[in-house]
Order: sequence, then structure tokens, then C-alpha cells
Amino acid sequence: MNVPVSITVNGVQHRRDVEPRLLLVHFLRDMLGLTGTNIGCDTSQCGACTVHLDGMSVKSCTVLAVQADGSSVTTIEGLAQNGKLHPMQHAFWENHGLQCGYCTPGMIMAAVKLVENNPNISEEEIRHGLEGNLCRCTGYENIVKSVKAGAGG
Amino acid sequence: MGYVGKSVKRVEDPRFIQGRGKYVANLQLPGMAYAAIKRSPYAHAEIISINTEKAQNLEGVVAVFTGRDLMEGTRLSGPCGTLPCGFVPPNTKVPTHHPLAVEKVNHVGDGVAVVVAESAYIAYDALDMIEVDYKPLPTVVDAKAATKEGASLVYADIPNNTSFFWTLGDKEATKKALAEADHVVELDLINQRLIPNAIEPRAAVAQWDKFTGEMTLWTTSQNPHIIRLLLSGFTLGVPENKLRVVSPDVGGGFGSKMFHYPEEVIVPWLARAVDRPVKWVASRSESYVTDAQGRDHVTNCKLALKSDGTFTGLWVSTWANMGAYLSTFAPLIPTALYITLFSGLYKIPAIWGETWGVITNTVPVDAYRGAGRPEASYQLERLVDLAARELNMDVVEIRRKNLIPENEFPYQTPVAMIYDSGNYQKLFDKVEELAGYQEMRKEQAKARQEGRLVGIGVSGCIEASAPGPSPVVTSLGSAIGLYESGIVRVHPTGQVSVFTGSHAHGQGHETTFAQVVADELGLPMEAIQIVHGDTDRIPFGTGTYGSRSAAIGASALVRCAEKIREKVTRIAAHQLEADFEDMVYDKDNGIIYVKGSPDKSKTFAEIAFTSYYAANLPAGMEPGMEATTYYDPSNFTFPNSAHIVQVEIDKHTGAVTIQRYIAVDDVGKTINPMIVDGQIVGGIVQGVGQALWEHGVYDANGQLLSGSLMNYALPRADHFPKMEIGRTETPSPHNPLGVKGAGEMGTIAATVTVANAVMDALEPLGIRHIDMPLTAEKIWQAIQSSQNGGAN
Amino acid sequence: MYPPKFEYYRANSVSEALALLTQHSGAKVLAGGHSLIPAMNIRLANPGVLIDIGRIDELKGIATANGSVRIGSITTHATIAASSVVPQALSEAAGMIGDPQVRNRGTIGGNISHADPGSDLPTVLTALNAKIQITGAAGNRTLAASDFFIDLLLTALQEGEIVTAIEVPAPGAGQGSAYAKLANPASRYAMVGAAVAVTIVDGTCTAAGVAVGGLTPCAKNAPSVEAALIGKALNADMLAAAAEAAQNDLGDDFLEDLYAGVEYRKSMAKVFVNRALSAAVQRAQRH
Repeated sequence: MNVPVSITVNGVQHRRDVEPRLLLVHFLRDMLGLTGTNIGCDTSQCGACTVHLDGMSVKSCTVLAVQADGSSVTTIEGLAQNGKLHPMQHAFWENHGLQCGYCTPGMIMAAVKLVENNPNISEEEIRHGLEGNLCRCTGYENIVKSVKAGAGG
Repeated sequence: MGYVGKSVKRVEDPRFIQGRGKYVANLQLPGMAYAAIKRSPYAHAEIISINTEKAQNLEGVVAVFTGRDLMEGTRLSGPCGTLPCGFVPPNTKVPTHHPLAVEKVNHVGDGVAVVVAESAYIAYDALDMIEVDYKPLPTVVDAKAATKEGASLVYADIPNNTSFFWTLGDKEATKKALAEADHVVELDLINQRLIPNAIEPRAAVAQWDKFTGEMTLWTTSQNPHIIRLLLSGFTLGVPENKLRVVSPDVGGGFGSKMFHYPEEVIVPWLARAVDRPVKWVASRSESYVTDAQGRDHVTNCKLALKSDGTFTGLWVSTWANMGAYLSTFAPLIPTALYITLFSGLYKIPAIWGETWGVITNTVPVDAYRGAGRPEASYQLERLVDLAARELNMDVVEIRRKNLIPENEFPYQTPVAMIYDSGNYQKLFDKVEELAGYQEMRKEQAKARQEGRLVGIGVSGCIEASAPGPSPVVTSLGSAIGLYESGIVRVHPTGQVSVFTGSHAHGQGHETTFAQVVADELGLPMEAIQIVHGDTDRIPFGTGTYGSRSAAIGASALVRCAEKIREKVTRIAAHQLEADFEDMVYDKDNGIIYVKGSPDKSKTFAEIAFTSYYAANLPAGMEPGMEATTYYDPSNFTFPNSAHIVQVEIDKHTGAVTIQRYIAVDDVGKTINPMIVDGQIVGGIVQGVGQALWEHGVYDANGQLLSGSLMNYALPRADHFPKMEIGRTETPSPHNPLGVKGAGEMGTIAATVTVANAVMDALEPLGIRHIDMPLTAEKIWQAIQSSQNGGAN
Repeated sequence: MYPPKFEYYRANSVSEALALLTQHSGAKVLAGGHSLIPAMNIRLANPGVLIDIGRIDELKGIATANGSVRIGSITTHATIAASSVVPQALSEAAGMIGDPQVRNRGTIGGNISHADPGSDLPTVLTALNAKIQITGAAGNRTLAASDFFIDLLLTALQEGEIVTAIEVPAPGAGQGSAYAKLANPASRYAMVGAAVAVTIVDGTCTAAGVAVGGLTPCAKNAPSVEAALIGKALNADMLAAAAEAAQNDLGDDFLEDLYAGVEYRKSMAKVFVNRALSAAVQRAQRH
């Protein structure tokens, strides 16, 4: 029994009929072809699937598409505006905040919300604030550096 | 141009930071179907029957196949072969490994059937409907115990579950050294099983053209050509010239994505069997019972010393858990990549290493970051620390006393390796200076007076990287030489495409290799395009692992560039009517000119075009501007390190806090310091993971208790202070770039440095050794025992 | 990573939710989904019907009245963590759940209805003697937290009932509370969690609520600790001694996992009660 949903993703409204069990991450990746959001685990731990839902960072593997009906979602593809990279994206590039890139979209999305309204965020706050995002490549050091730079303070 | 040695920003980053990485799981092909694999919940069981009828009848299911179907083949898809082991020492017994189990399953997670459906959701619904009747069999899990008389056998034709026995060194001399030693330090230790956990789970997509007979497989591999060779020669039977294997962007490997996996056979077989493209993506829980796991050694080791702390001998006996099947490189890890490093940074006159490779009912074990060298370093550096303690010497002092002196290189170790170059004294000088070691010990003494458990750990480690010279590796048992390929192709307009057999899954080759080629040809980096990962585009490559790509892959490109420069110079000389010997190739500006007459010059772009225009080339010269090299290294390289770590243990809970981490690594010359530091730090954090938290735990029935991220703790951002990274540089004499390889040194050193720090913190309590992971609970228990006068 | 099939209904009001629950017996309630969806993702949970209450306004929000703080059951952990009106043990514990993304979705009602022994809020609510407000087809009822949490993953919620609000005392002068947690390094669930609320008048403890969770099938009150505190003048030594008394309240049914066995957890219970106690006392003295 499919359910009609209307979800605005990166500023564009999408209407689809979905199975209630369809996860938001699969809606984004498979139905809309927005494959920037990655899946890294099945226990809601790794954070690779982090997107913004109504302005808050959430793990899209732990949200049903039907729960996002009527809501606004921003994915990594929606961060850059008018061809200009978001300062956090720049920061990750400048500071070698990624190696294989797989955790990166989720990491950047989480970081953007972490530093919002907190331009002078401390290194310790960053390290704690990224508890929900796992990286196996970088050892986190350059990620922390990137987030601090991307905070702009 | 001067790119090499500079921290150039990575050219591959724009796609990753914008969510446009080309990972296999992102691939969408018209008509694509989805596969899901039914896996055994038992570690050892006979398959009595498999009933797929309900699953087949589920709406949206395209087909269901069992191991027998793959083995026998269907009308549309021929029979599968068994997965081979690619590194077979003499007298190794190799279990038969079907891509899907046929008669019995041998580890939890062993696949028994596969569903193909219109969506992944339906495929998983169908999995639940497959009924498998198992008859459980006895299990063995522990490597040493599995070799004992009376232990149940995984395979009837592998007695004592022992697949191989490998030795190296001088047994008699080492026995003598132990017998005559003033002092012997002995340690029984476990180097625990690890689960790699690259953040991208494995995936495979296959597309079959039944008319041309061409198969394309996209797979998350570190070495697509090796997979193509094995598929073609052993498992799938598609001729190599009709098989294209593509490893696009891959989200981390650490070794776990080197091996030829069952799914790489199953997925293309399915594409033939259902005549549709097929996709399979592992779930994380699935990866825990299918990805090759790391380490898992049970070891007894003994270090012989004179009373003044001079090492005289080392004996190591290891029972290495191979798991239920021999994964592609598995026997190499506890043998030729392990025993050969037993000398460490030290002069040890007599060494004997013996390893039993043991089959158990667990997930197969193979290379994982460091692959044999972390195991070698761990036991040696623990023994050295214990020796220092027992002889009442400072842990740095005892190491310095035994370091191979700078003037003794090249140094022939008693375990085959010839160390090419090194300055280990300088390593220790630098790390002591960076750390302020003497001051650290003073502060520690103060803290101890306050009853605080502060520990300082030290290690000096070496590894053999960049496998390896083909005659050597093949004589050790490798089924393939380990050279690397490269093509530098100059286009008529002067742009350059570089095709490399190396594969980047985080290492930044698109940047570093472009730095190298740009410098070699005198071009801006923007003119260089690095292509990797597609067997249709690149020459036969052996892939990326063992920290080999800069040393071997980039060296191949240096040789290509040499050939290009020569041809360019010859054409320029001819067209400028000068002698070849009078030409100067200006690598800073990409100009070739006549010595003494700089106005008589040609640009690289001019020569590029003219080589294709071909109107006026030297007699006998072919048109075109392209060079191919297969670079076979003449030796391994030997990165080395000295690390110092300070920890504090919470007396009440046993929890460890890392207060400082100081690392000095010699990885030879660095192409891009930023990228090298990134590899070192990333490697260190993975090494710390083993020391403090990570453990793949099986119960006696072969059930993987640490079956997900819920109970297998990976390092997180809030576990670490800022790292203090230093470097010394002794170039490797064995490749034109002087690089040694930076990918694994951090991991190799970090595990034992942190372990030594924790044990140092506990030293006042008389605690001798605790096996890793050094969880808060284990440390707390040791503290309680020591306070209750318990033996340790 | 692919949940099994279910029917889905969205309720726009509490009465609608109750009607749907009555209509679909055995249906599970979906709020933030951060206990339920992870279980469905690995097919450990297979609810045939989900009733989504995540948008019901009357279940949201934090309001103070008459010395009590009323927290709507679908208030998120992030909201509670940021609140300055709830007792500090509660905001502190909410801020330790999972990670920022999880806290943006997980709700207090969902968390306590699921009653995972490793969760934090049941322990805090037990120490605070919170009141759990429940509604069902048969009407409304209120349970004390210690009556609400019964066993491993088991609460007093009957079929067709939902938690509508949680009421905790508004912190007053001389009152302080704290939560201390020994987190599993992998899941970061509580292997041991200790919650303490104290009232101090002129240096003497006049009231104390202490609870321990994580190591037992459900959160437990620690009356031995409370008894060791009430009526006593407080100092570091007697706090430590009071924390020791926790061992009498733990019962004999313990949970363990790969990172903490029973002996360790039992000892850590005392350590973390002591930590929560010291923090609560400090806060009470400042308030």
C-alpha cells in the first residue's frame, strides 16, 4: 500500500508514491538519483548518510521517507549555491579533510550544522560534535582542522 | 616545475566534497536487478537441503540460485570454478572454496544461495523465505587449540587443521643463543583478530553482453587486473580479452578489498544467468562475516640478551588463524611479510621464526593494514620493553644500544631481508627531541608520586613495503610478479594521459602521480590526467596495497617520462638540426633547446604535435608520443619509525586517555607532505584502535559476537589529542623517487607504542603484560588483581 | 538495511492515534524512530502496522507549571538537552544520547517506551521520581517511573496505550541533579548509568533520589544510597560511602557485553553513583 509523499530536496519539490518502509536515504539515492549521500552501516552509527531535514542534521538511514513528507531536505549536492562551494566544502579541500571521500558528504553535512551559530567552536567541541560520524581513513585530525576552518570564526 | 615535495591540494577532492564520487553502489544501469545472498548462521554445518520455492514465487523475484546451481552451471551461465589462493607456499593444503557453499558451510556468513529481484527490498524479503536445513557440525575457533590432537577438523583432508608450516632463520643458532643467554624474556601473547571496517561496504555490479561475450564487472577492488585474471583463469571462465573489470572510486580498503571474493564471481555469473545487469551491495553486518579479517595470531616469543641489554637471539612460534578458507594472499601474511621483519631496527645475530597456518571455522583472515608487520613489531617491541624492565634499563636506552648503526647499511638481517638504508639513531634523536622525552619522564615521576597512573610508551619499528621484486615474491609463493605498469600518453595537443596500474582508494594518486609526471616532463599539473582502475584503459597492473604505489607505480611513470623525454629530445634535435648530445631538456619549463643557443628551442607541445603530424621525424622513428613501462623493483623498501606516547589511566575505571602522541617516521622522500602526514595520522589512529578497543570476538561455536558497530568499537574523533608528527628522510636507493611508502607505518608503530604506554603506566603495580585490546575493564581487572596480590 | 513491509498510518491527534491503535491491534507507535527503525533495518523488529505520532502538536514541548516541568512525549533529546528548565540530570543525560543527529530525532517518549536497558532516560526519570502520563482507549493514567519500567524492554504500557507526557519536579533552591555514564565505546549505550537528585538545606541532605541503570534489565532505584544520604551532613567521604551502598540495591540479575562483564559493572556502579552524587551535590550547593 503505497503512500504519496511530497518532499522538497535541495529546493526542488518531488512527489512520489512510496512504500512506507522506504528509507529516506533510499528515496534520495535510488528514486531521485542523488547518490552523494552514502550508506556505510546498518546500525545508525556511521553518519555517512547525514543530511539536513528541516534544518537539522539527521541520519537519513533512520528516517522513513514518509516521515519526511512535507519537509525540506538538503543533501550534499545542495550545499553549493550558484556554482559556489559552501565554505565548509572549501575548508575540507584546503585542509585535506578527506582521503577516500566516502564519509565526507555526511561529515560535511554534520559539520555545517555543528558550527552553525558557533563560529568560534573549540577543537574539543568539534571532536565531540562529530561523535556520530565515523572515518576510517583520516584519523580525524584534518577533519577537525577543516571544521574549525569552515566555522569561520 | 617543482611540484614534488610540495603539499599540493588534491585534484580529486572536488567530486568527493560535492557528493559526486563514483562509488560502485551508485551505479544505475537500465534493467538492473538486485542480488542478496543467503548466509549461514552456523559456523560449521552440512547443508541437507535448500528450499527456494517460496522465495522464487514472491512477486518481484527474478530468480533464486544455490551453490550447486553455480557449480553445475545453467543453460545460460556456465559453471563457476572455485576461488584460488594466490600465494601458496610449498606443501600448503588449500581448502576448496566454492563461491556459494555446496555441501557444507565452514564459517558464519558462508553464502549458500542468492536471490535476484527487482529491488533490494524485495531481494531481502525473499531471503527470509529461503528455507535451509542444516546439520550442525563441531567447530574449532582458536588457532592453537585447533592444531591439538582431538580437535575437530574443519576439513577431513587437512590434518590438525594445519594448512601450512613455514619457517625462516637459523634454528640451531637461536636455540644456542637462548641457552647461553644471560637473560631471556619470554612472552605468550595474542595479536587479536580485527575487522577492517572501511566505511564503504563492498559492492559489485555486472553487465553481460551475450552477443559479443563481453562481461563488465564493477567491483570495489584495490587491484582490478588481479581480479580479472582470477575470474578469467579460475572462477568465471570469461576470456580475459572479453572481461572488463572496473574499480572506480573505492571508499577505503586497508587490504580488505584486495582479495577475490565470492561475490565477484556470483554477480557476473548472475548477469549471465538472468541476462540483466545485476547489483549487489554488502550491508555492514554482512561485511562483518564476509570481508577478510586481520591479524589473529597466538604467539610464544623469547628474546635472549646479555646482561648489558645486548640482544643475542629471538625465537618466535606463531599459530596464525587463517579462517575457514585461504583468502587470496592469506598465507603470505604470517610468513614472508612477518618473519622477515623479526630483526626490527636491531642487530639480532640469531633469529628463528616458525608459523603454523591454521584453518578454523571463522571468517577468512588476510592482509589488513600492515599485514604481518604490525604483528612482528608488536611482539618484538613488547619483548624489548619487558627486557628493559627486567634489566632495569630505560626503554629508549635499551633500544639505542641495539640499533643497527648507520654505517652498516645495506644490512643483511638473519631473516632474508636486506635493509637498504636508514639512520635509526637520528630517528630516536628526533623523536626524543620533539617529545622532550627527559622532561616527560620527570613529569611522570611527579605524577607517580601523586599516585597517578601516567605511562610513556616508546617503539622503534621497521617494515618491508612495496612488494616486491618479482623473482623474490614468486619464489616465496606468489602466483604473480609484483611489478607495476604505467603508460604516459602524450596527445597531439600536448595534454598528457597517464594510465597506471596503481589504484587510489584514498591515497591521492591523482594528485601525487600528476606531481611526479608534471615535474618529469616540465608541464603544469593541469596538463596531466591520471587514469586508474579500469582494465580496459590501463595496462596489466598489480594494484595498491603494501604501501607500494609511490615506490613502484610512480616509479614506472618516472621511467615512462624518461622515455618520453628521450624521444622528445631526439625529435627536437632532428628538427633543430643539432646533435642529440647537445640538447638540454629544461624540466622547469618544458622546453628543449640547444646548449648555448637558447633561442634554438622547441616547446613540449610543439614536439607533441609534430610527433603525430609525422612530417619530419628522425629516420626510422615511429610517429606518436607514448611510453609504456612495467617497473619491477629491485628490493622492498624499508620505512621505519620511532614513536612516543603518553597516556593516563583513570584508576577508578581503567579508562585510557591519550595525552600526547609524538611520531617520527622515515618514509623516504615525500611527494606530497600533506598527503603523507594524512596517511601517517590515519594509520596511527587505526593502530590505536587495535591497542585499545577493537576485537573480532568469536564464541566457541564460531558465532561472531562482535557482529556490528554496536559492539566493535572504532576510533572516534574525541579519542585523540592533536598529533605531533615529525619526519626524517633517508631516501630509498631502490627507486628513482627515493620513496619508501607511507600507508602502513603509522599503524604498525601505533599499536605497540600505545600498548607499551599502558603497560608503563601500570608498571608500579607490577603488572607485566595484558593482551590487547586494552579495554578499561581489562586494565581495571589487572589493577584489582595486583592490589589483591594476585599473580599476573 | 531494508526494513520488512508494514502498513503505515499517520495520526494527527492523540484521539486519532488511539483510534488507529484500537483498530490495528499489535500496531507499533512511531515517534522519532530511533529505537524502532534501527531494529527494522536489521530485521530484528517486524511490526505489521506503524502508527506515526511524530507530528502531533499536543505531544510536543516543555512547559513549567506549579513546580513541575511537563515534557511532551515526542519532545526530542536535542530539545531536552538544550532546556534550562528541566532538572540538570535530565538535560545532561539527553545530551549524552547517541550523537547530535540521533538527538535531533529521538524522543523521550519513544526512548522510555522502548526501555532498552542501555538507555539513559529511564535511570534519570527513576531518580527524579518522574510521573509518566499515559493515555489509552480506557482513559488516562499516571504512573511513577519506578512502576513504569518493569523489565528488559518491558514497560507497564498496555496494548493500545501511548505515553503522552513526562512530568518531573522543577528544580528549586538547594536542589541539584546529575547523570554520570560509563558508555560502551562502540554503541555508546550505558554499560552503567547513575542518576542522582538531592535537596540540601543548610548543608544537610533532606531528600535524595538515586537510580542506577545499564547493568540491570531495567533502571533501579537505589534506596540504600538514599538512606545513607538523607538527614546527613554531606562531605566527600560520606558521599563515597553512600555510593558504596549502591551494591545492595542492584539485585542479582545483571547484563554484560564484550566491553564490560558483571564484576566490572558492579564496581563501576559505585564509581558512577559517586560521580553523579558529587556533581549533584555541587550543583545543589550552587543553586
